[in-house]
Amino acid sequence: MPQIIDLCATSDIESEDVIRVDREGHSFAVYHAPGGKFYVTSGLCTHEAVHLADGLVMEHIIECPKHNGRFDYRTGEAKGAPACVNLRIFPVTLAGGRVTIALS
Amino acid sequence: MPRPAIRDYSLTGPDGAAAVENGRAGAQWYATPIARARMKQLMQRRDGPAIRDTLIWFAALGLSGGLGIALWGSWRAVLPFAVYGVLYGSAADSRWHETSHGTAFRTRWMNIALYHLSCFMMLREPVVWRWSHARHHTDTLIVGRDPEISSPRPPDFLQLLLKLFAIPGGIKSLRHILLHSLHRLSPEEATFIPPMEHHKVYTLARIWLAILGAIAALCLALHSILPAMLIGLPTFYGAWLSLVFGLTQHAGLAEDVTDHRLNCRTVYMNPLLRFLYWNMNYHVEHHMFPMVPYHALKALHAEIKADCPAPYPSLFAAYREILPALLRQKRDPSYFVPRPAPARAPVSQAA
Repeated sequence: MPQIIDLCATSDIESEDVIRVDREGHSFAVYHAPGGKFYVTSGLCTHEAVHLADGLVMEHIIECPKHNGRFDYRTGEAKGAPACVNLRIFPVTLAGGRVTIALS
Repeated sequence: MPRPAIRDYSLTGPDGAAAVENGRAGAQWYATPIARARMKQLMQRRDGPAIRDTLIWFAALGLSGGLGIALWGSWRAVLPFAVYGVLYGSAADSRWHETSHGTAFRTRWMNIALYHLSCFMMLREPVVWRWSHARHHTDTLIVGRDPEISSPRPPDFLQLLLKLFAIPGGIKSLRHILLHSLHRLSPEEATFIPPMEHHKVYTLARIWLAILGAIAALCLALHSILPAMLIGLPTFYGAWLSLVFGLTQHAGLAEDVTDHRLNCRTVYMNPLLRFLYWNMNYHVEHHMFPMVPYHALKALHAEIKADCPAPYPSLFAAYREILPALLRQKRDPSYFVPRPAPARAPVSQAA
């Protein structure tokens, strides 16, 4: 049974930006994409455990602040070295101005 | 048990294993707090500065190289080739470095194109150095983990002298290009290059070998070293400024600390040197926030300098510290230059 986790308010994140949210022993990165959509990935870079929320969002790419590992945060796809392993992504539900995910 | 005075800097030795065991490898490093909104501004990518600087660089290479060709055969060719060599064998160092971080340009293909070109100019294989440099940023001056410690203790002055002409690194690069073209990695490289990247190393090594072979063949066909003076040899005869810059970054400072304020130097330089070095004189800033582009490092410096040790006012001032420190390390490898730790610095165990 998936666990529903409330992460933040949609107003907590500027457009084309990311914030870090720690819940239930996990760290998540929550993105506000240009155009208004929200996405959630695991919060740590798959190259080395660096928090992606300190990185730079450029359109639909998140760049790790430490080594420039790049991911498409919509799909989790690693876009080139040193990021070689995809990010885990979580389906997002928006309700009442809140961003929630289902964690299985 | 006291630590031995002479450390093992190899990536496969006991110091590296100890760094993993004691948590110095992949540790959390100190970073000066900066508001997210300001950090986003500083990290913003732009094409304009790097396009301007790259066009100036190419023009200067073309002009000095063209003069060198025109004056070839006379002593008057020495000066243009001296300039060409520095632009090639030293300025390319900061270009490969900045593009390895993907921060020079906003446009991705421009970063990649300049990365491959400047890597070739420095004889630094693109895939190997991308991973090596990632490790350098993860474990800066952590002995046994950082593959880019340029001045191990005790310093080897003959090696340093040879590095003025890129001889140790150049010979190692040529040996490794040959090794990689045979589909093999060194044991050290295998510690930081993941298996899924190995095929890229091998393919690029073969391409480079073909280019270097073509230059050598052209020299033989023309009975002249002029082609190699333009491509290949400048990596060596123009390397000296790269070493002069590079030693200021970390030489003589503390090993095995997790605070870049204690193991990096920020040195003020004039605009010409900053152009050649692409602002890497702001080295504390670069290490603390590697995703800030070179053109924003001066602004980042203004943002964090109150939380950092005083910068060095000139290259001369930096060397007034570095040279005596290296001489002392020759006698006492445990010596390092202590940097005044600002109030918020975490307690680190310096070695």
